[in-house]
Amino acid sequence: MSVERLLIGVALVLGLGAGYLLARSRRRGSRAGRPEAVHQILLPFTGTAISRRAVDAALRLAKAEGATLMPAYLASVPKRLPLDCAIPAEAAKAMPMLEAIEQRATAQEVPVDSRIERGRSYRHALARLLERESFDRVVVPATAEAGAGLSGDDFVWVLERAPAEVLILRPDPEDTRFVSANGAQT
Amino acid sequence: MRRGHLKVFIGMAAGVGKTYRMLQEGHAEQELGRDVAVGYMEPHKRPETSALAEGLETVPRRRVAYRDTDLEEMDLPALLRRAPELALIDELAHTNAAGIEHAKRYEDVREVLGAGIDVFSTVNVQHLESLNDQVAELTGTRVRETIPDAVLGEADEVVLIDLTPEALIARLRAGKIYPGENIDAALSNFFTVENLLALREVALRQVAREVEAKRLIVEEPLGTREERVAAEAPRAVGERLLALVRPLPSSQRLVRRAWRSAQRLGTDLDLLWVKPPNQPIEGEVARQVTALRHLSSVLGANFLIEESDDLVRGAADVVRERGSTYIMIGESEPRRGFARLREPLPQRLMEATPPGVDVRIVAHRGRPQKDERGER
Repeated sequence: MSVERLLIGVALVLGLGAGYLLARSRRRGSRAGRPEAVHQILLPFTGTAISRRAVDAALRLAKAEGATLMPAYLASVPKRLPLDCAIPAEAAKAMPMLEAIEQRATAQEVPVDSRIERGRSYRHALARLLERESFDRVVVPATAEAGAGLSGDDFVWVLERAPAEVLILRPDPEDTRFVSANGAQT
Repeated sequence: MRRGHLKVFIGMAAGVGKTYRMLQEGHAEQELGRDVAVGYMEPHKRPETSALAEGLETVPRRRVAYRDTDLEEMDLPALLRRAPELALIDELAHTNAAGIEHAKRYEDVREVLGAGIDVFSTVNVQHLESLNDQVAELTGTRVRETIPDAVLGEADEVVLIDLTPEALIARLRAGKIYPGENIDAALSNFFTVENLLALREVALRQVAREVEAKRLIVEEPLGTREERVAAEAPRAVGERLLALVRPLPSSQRLVRRAWRSAQRLGTDLDLLWVKPPNQPIEGEVARQVTALRHLSSVLGANFLIEESDDLVRGAADVVRERGSTYIMIGESEPRRGFARLREPLPQRLMEATPPGVDVRIVAHRGRPQKDERGER
């Protein structure tokens, strides 16, 4: 083998190696350049269905602001059980709901980061979530059904205590569409 | 009071003959001298089915006003008053009109069983909650009415009504399933051979799982302590699931899928993050680790962090230590550069773990999210 060929071979290997290292450092550089601030919209809900208006409103906001939507299922743990116990029955209710919301979000290219939060009451669960995570907005769907979901007192509490902008969606008597475990319903 | 006996006729799609078979068995029970009544039957304008219902007492339906229309629903109080030995109640996944005793028919069925009445019922496989996503992805059609898988688990008997796709399509063409004007639309949308083959496979697998789950139930053991220990032995050799997670929101879906599988198998679930030794748990990573730890506590799963600079080796160590039989992983990111030359992760995992350990890949629903750790 001639010296020239050997030199060409060495130059090729060096070139490839330098190219690989350059591409790698660029990729790392772009990662480091990501914004640190967490930009999130919280959508707390209870039960097995949530108003589609509320989900769509939260998704519209998230899309417009480039935010992550955090749908959060609030589970109430009875006093006879420890607060940190496993709650498979509640989880079984929450999973398909979170899946359905995630599907709608994915269709609109909105990133989702779901949660299931336990508390002695829905309000307590929400308080624990607000303590742990930071949000820019909270979208709270009100319900016309007495005894279901968050109560009027809970809304007042959210308005007073949530360290974020709160959007309470009034129930529309004409709105009978829900996102539920079964997908979108009319 | 003794709880009633529940028998469910399950099929891959409408028209396979679930209601027909339920009525046939109802007649057979009646001929054996049992008191049988139809609680609710949906003939779907199928004359053969309606004809078969003749000779069986039917509890009249009740009319329920909903908005501006009158809906017909099963009359649960009347059925409970009538109290037959066996009630035939069609369409287990039906959603009741608002304002009556229960939101869903399976809840009506539970009350009937609680009253000591035996029940025969019907359901299609796509109505099972855990299969709803899978069936929607296979067929492009999502059903709105679902039942929790636990309802099927409560059934004492599950009978699969099987039919080949070709035979079902022939029945459809002959007008035995839908009226003539709807046949073409059904053939070009849902009732394709591909869809029906996929649904048939899902139905067969589901029933096999039910049979397996029932076979593995160990009766309350009696006898000496040694005998009881021996009787417990089959439980120890069951499946054990391990889901490989990363501190990313996309892991939530993987955990959901893994948990459903674990529930179905009646087994424990471990969540494992193989953490590179030099990766600090801070900022967004710390937040996601907390979220995963929290979710595993809600689900009753075990969240493990194994420090290793080799994902495969770290996972294989945990598989051996925990006796895992089933690994679930998320979809890998597209491989770039020299990583293309390496074997894909599932193959490497199968080579590194003991023989017989299955590996399942859960697809991303949306765009893949970048891993803070980089390529693997």
